[in-house]
Amino acid sequence: MKKHWWKILAVLLLVFTVVAGMLSEVPRLPILNETIRNLYFHVPMWFGMILILLVSFVYSIKYLKTPTTRNDIIAAEAAKVGILFGVLGIITGMEWAKFTWGDYWSNDPKQNASAIGLLIYFAYLVLRSSFNEQQQRARISAVYNIFAFAALIPLLFILPRLTDSLHPGNGGNPGFNSYDLDNRLRAVFYPAVIGWTLLGVWIVNIKSRLELLKQRLYETV
Amino acid sequence: MLFKEILYLIQKDLVLEWRQKYAFNGMLLYVSSTVFVCYLSFGLRSNVLTVPVWNAVLWIILLFTSVNAIAKSFMQESRGRLLYFYSIVSPQGVILAKIIYNAMLMLVLAVICFLFYALVLGNPVQDVPMFLLSILLGAIGFSTSLTMISGIAAKAANSSTLMAVLSFPVIVPMLLMLIRMSKNALDGLDRSTSLDELLTLLAINMIVVTVSYILFPYLWRS
Repeated sequence: MKKHWWKILAVLLLVFTVVAGMLSEVPRLPILNETIRNLYFHVPMWFGMILILLVSFVYSIKYLKTPTTRNDIIAAEAAKVGILFGVLGIITGMEWAKFTWGDYWSNDPKQNASAIGLLIYFAYLVLRSSFNEQQQRARISAVYNIFAFAALIPLLFILPRLTDSLHPGNGGNPGFNSYDLDNRLRAVFYPAVIGWTLLGVWIVNIKSRLELLKQRLYETV
Repeated sequence: MLFKEILYLIQKDLVLEWRQKYAFNGMLLYVSSTVFVCYLSFGLRSNVLTVPVWNAVLWIILLFTSVNAIAKSFMQESRGRLLYFYSIVSPQGVILAKIIYNAMLMLVLAVICFLFYALVLGNPVQDVPMFLLSILLGAIGFSTSLTMISGIAAKAANSSTLMAVLSFPVIVPMLLMLIRMSKNALDGLDRSTSLDELLTLLAINMIVVTVSYILFPYLWRS
């Protein structure tokens, strides 16, 4: 039980996020109106994605240092969950963009950058599936994963800041913090970020354990 | 020691290229026929080619040329020769030599491509030195990121498809910066406006070269 406290915490935080996110009082802002509640679902997806891809990156480095099946499987599963979060982030973002900016896709640099980021990780999956031999697959995809993460960081954090963006905090638009992320939003937003990230870690945990068991099963048969 | 190795490896690549000219000539033909196809497709209505389109088409041609030219940098080496290198030189030497060699190759191809393209489709560039600088940075940038990718792709089964799939997303940020910088040069804007792009490009190049330098030994081992 002591080991599982964080899973209970994740459940509680997510229940709180959904209930409080839908029902609590939010600031009335022009254009945003009620869609500001998407802050609890869209933004944590990106936080979660970056953190889980960071996990994948770290395990790829660990694989290159000590090549074990466990490190490889965790890196791969974390990348997959990162992609899931990214896809959900794009979908929630497009939904939000439709109601606030008027279009699902409005050629915003951050939208484009995240789409390219997802392409990089889809390529990672394609690369993984093109090897038959397990050790070679593990090592080469670890190399690509590290390379891809190094390419992703400038893509997501540096390039959008050089150009005008419709997102808050870019190209002269003030960030959320400066004017409208008041304490009522913050009280739900931070738990939401922690909750969604913990959920992602939980999925990675279960999926990699399952994969490891499968591998062991194949080896013994 | 590393420096000497790199020099030898570059020399080896140059000599190889010189002896079997079909590869380089093939790339030249590739560039010129692509440019000519573009000319013919636009030539019917010459007024449709606005400056942004001119710029975008040039960079797309350069992108595909570089993917094709650099893809073979590891694929053409035979297994035996790779084993021989493995026993006498360090992996860092190999990757740095390949990057420098590919940058030189790309620079030659890109300049030829630009000259031919400007000759056929007209030259709206107002600040030619700045435009050439962006082509230089483009050649270096493409070669840094594509060399590592081609090393990765060469290990896989269907390497030519994989080369495109792996390289395009990685190269897009660089391409966007290059297009923006060369657009500034095309419009003859003040050079200080391109400083942001220039520094970002240099920074991305530094990151990519460092990561390649660190990672290539692991790739090389298999």
